[in-house]
Amino acid sequence: MGMRKVAVVGAGMTKFMRRAQETGRELAFQATKMALDSCEMTLDDIDSVALGTAPDAFDGLHMKGEYLSDGAGAWNKPYMRCYVGGGTGVFAAIQGWYHVASGLFDTCLVVCEEKMSSCKPHPQGAFLTIFDHTTERALKPNLVWIFALEMNRYMTVHGLEKKDIARVAVKNKRNALDHPCAQLAADITVEDVLNSEVLAWPVQRLDISPTSDGAAAMVFAAEHVAKRVTDKPVWVKGVGWSLDTAYWTNRDLYYPKYVESAARMAYDMAGIKEPRKEIHVVEPYDPFDYKELHHLEGLLLCEKGEAPRLTADGVTARDGDMPVCPSGGLLGVGNPIAASGIMKLNEIFWQLRGEAGKRQVPGQPRTGLAQSWGDLMQVGCVVVLGI
Amino acid sequence: MRTVAIVGIGYSGFRSMTPDISYKELMYEAAAKAYDDAGVDPQRDIESFVSVAEDFNEGTSIFDEYVPDQLGAPLKPVHTIPGDGIHGLIAAHMQVLTGAMDIVMVEAHSKASNILTPTDVVNFAVEPIYNRPLGANPVFIAGMEMNRYLHCTGTSEEQCAQVVVKNRGNGFLNPSAAYGARLSLDTVLDSETISYPLKKLEISSRADGAIVMVLASGDAAETLTNVPIWIRGVGWCNETPSLETRDWEGATYARKSAEMAYRTAGIRNPWREIDFAEVDDTYAYKELQHMEALGLCRDGEAGYLVEEGATELDGDFPINPSGGSLGLGHLLDAAGLGRVLEVALQLRGESGERQLEDVASGLAFSWRGIPTTSGAAVVLSV
Amino acid sequence: MSANIKSFPGTPLSQADFDAGKVLTTYWKPKLEYGWDAGVAISRYLEELKNGRIIGVKCRSCRRVVVPPRVVCEWCWEPMDEWVYLEDTGTVNTFSICYIRWDASRAKEPQIPAVIYIDGASDAGFLHLLDEVKPEDVKVGMKVQAVWKPAEEREGSITDIRYFRPL
Repeated sequence: MGMRKVAVVGAGMTKFMRRAQETGRELAFQATKMALDSCEMTLDDIDSVALGTAPDAFDGLHMKGEYLSDGAGAWNKPYMRCYVGGGTGVFAAIQGWYHVASGLFDTCLVVCEEKMSSCKPHPQGAFLTIFDHTTERALKPNLVWIFALEMNRYMTVHGLEKKDIARVAVKNKRNALDHPCAQLAADITVEDVLNSEVLAWPVQRLDISPTSDGAAAMVFAAEHVAKRVTDKPVWVKGVGWSLDTAYWTNRDLYYPKYVESAARMAYDMAGIKEPRKEIHVVEPYDPFDYKELHHLEGLLLCEKGEAPRLTADGVTARDGDMPVCPSGGLLGVGNPIAASGIMKLNEIFWQLRGEAGKRQVPGQPRTGLAQSWGDLMQVGCVVVLGI
Repeated sequence: MRTVAIVGIGYSGFRSMTPDISYKELMYEAAAKAYDDAGVDPQRDIESFVSVAEDFNEGTSIFDEYVPDQLGAPLKPVHTIPGDGIHGLIAAHMQVLTGAMDIVMVEAHSKASNILTPTDVVNFAVEPIYNRPLGANPVFIAGMEMNRYLHCTGTSEEQCAQVVVKNRGNGFLNPSAAYGARLSLDTVLDSETISYPLKKLEISSRADGAIVMVLASGDAAETLTNVPIWIRGVGWCNETPSLETRDWEGATYARKSAEMAYRTAGIRNPWREIDFAEVDDTYAYKELQHMEALGLCRDGEAGYLVEEGATELDGDFPINPSGGSLGLGHLLDAAGLGRVLEVALQLRGESGERQLEDVASGLAFSWRGIPTTSGAAVVLSV
Repeated sequence: MSANIKSFPGTPLSQADFDAGKVLTTYWKPKLEYGWDAGVAISRYLEELKNGRIIGVKCRSCRRVVVPPRVVCEWCWEPMDEWVYLEDTGTVNTFSICYIRWDASRAKEPQIPAVIYIDGASDAGFLHLLDEVKPEDVKVGMKVQAVWKPAEEREGSITDIRYFRPL
């Protein structure tokens, strides 16, 4: 039974900044306006709006989806918000896809916004409340613990050293030098990473992406609209998502099974049998450098424990055999949580259309993948795009 | 287009407090009943899980994390919709319509009793730069809207109070209702004015509970149950979050939600083609305002209809046979699913003493509460 | 980028802008208080912690023993109602040496959070802290033992265990 074909026809985003003057609504407006302008559409052409934004705690608002709705273009329109923690960005695209693929709408505007800077004393503090209120919060855990615990497990099981991982931070921050919206683009070395402040060993300062304000948006359209609006529609080939158990202390963190599960679902839908060969450009979620490696393995793009070697061999460089995070990723461009997922999808969109300017990967890629991750090291969301 | 039906229902509650069980156990109870009702196993049969929750109603950021286990869904496609229960149902519905999945479930719950500072939580949703600094109890938004509604439509305070008498009376016949009561009109009218002209007894009290529904596509639905409850039409709409520019009279979000739901259901004359409705009554006047906005009657007519008994259980067009939020208890983000629950139970003939006769189709409509203008509608039929 | 787009919207501000009072800001400190019902499974867990014991549950179907306890096995969808007392020793599955606090401020003395698989459970455990050990001596696979608060100080909380130390 054929599913309705859905394409991405437009994309836009704001700069990613540590602190923006703009309110969350204004950021959402800027991104959506740019996305609509990019395909010469107006709000009148938009049948529905899907918004993704991660913890309400950052913006200091309960039901922040409601507050952001008009900035997202949802005035007098069907509007829905999705939320899977850090996975929200790529998931919002999946939500946009099912709006149009359902046949109820011909177009859907997908917007993701995050304004982390509103949260005092530091946005990181909001993450205290993601831990179990009865069994964990009394220990006053902080967000970085999670990454450190997972990173340590990954390194221990595979016998890795920090330098094997630091290469990812170097690659991505350098790639980000060519991204006009980048917050933390820099030309650094592996030594710089290894010498940076230890926050929660094995996590050091340069292993981490920053907290950011920003928004990004995409326009999804059914086939007949897509063909009218652009001569280069980028099709949604496959989507997948999977959420693992909340009992994260009852599972081995060295391998993201939920990313594999999501990837298989997406590859199945896309008819992809050999992902390493059939996917030409990859944007996995990289809030920390080791995550890019962890996720590449979960995406079945290399064997378990192999991803560091691929990086060292230059396979994942922009001009390598399988470019990974040509955008500069979260490490280089910034991490306004939900918006960063759409930033990655925007990158795949531009790469496949040959519009990525200085970041363009050679070889005319035809199929790309973006993946996001979140919750308590729990959720994987994958979208495969193709032309 | 594919057809989608509700094939399994489970719920737990509804009570003013549930101190003996955690939210996980509440969800588990409802899910176990729903899966049993549908005859499905979560790991083997259900292909996607939609949960409905708002962080600040739970007291946990990224509440989505804590959802899969008690629904039997680890390592399955699960996501959370911070919205109303009906938004969740619609998200599940859309996923089945894509053809990518055949069996999807939706869950919503309320542990309102665990929120110790409820007014502060609601206030936290009020616009932080223009509105919140005024320091008013956010219920003023409902008071102001009620005032405008009465002024524009000529509806009387007595007519609003009658909604409370009806709904809490219906709740009295509903074993699941937390606040069933036989009240007199005077008792309601004499209750304390909270935000003129809104009175204490016109504001629904909160309750704890959980509701789970299993949806399936046409062929699968027919094999799973003898009484599939078909989703005929859906519609939802956000007007504006801004207090300054919104429509204070007519609940535009309700009108547009209904328009889309009727259009997708092929309904021209809802009063004739639908047999009854469950309509948000978070505040008593809302039931009347929503009736008009949903096109069930003309502007200003709803008050007369309730006064005449047209919307009672034995009336021409029963509204809120469950007791609504006033009678059941307001279930926070699950309130919308509470509306759908009753419509589905009535259509299945499982509504006990409140059972309506010869009903074949019903409308469920919910609103997300102050300070939003967000609503969602669904038309169901046998 | 669209290599056509020359500039991207967004106005970055610096901390200096804020400190100099150049940015109009509205502050709000919300009062958000919750009293969560622990429920059947966790109430027992907390009671036992107060008694100085760690308790888990076993699944009727897969026979897995887990902690923290829960009423249903998330994989089998079967009740987990067989209570099993566990040891208060375990193995470090992973750990970190943490110099920052929850609000991102820096700490001189590090905390050592760890996931500890509890003896008696089936590769399951919980988050806690390690102490009485030098950071450089902590290893994955290390055997550790719970150090409890004295009985009169225990309240029925995960903090009734002060920390775990090497065996």
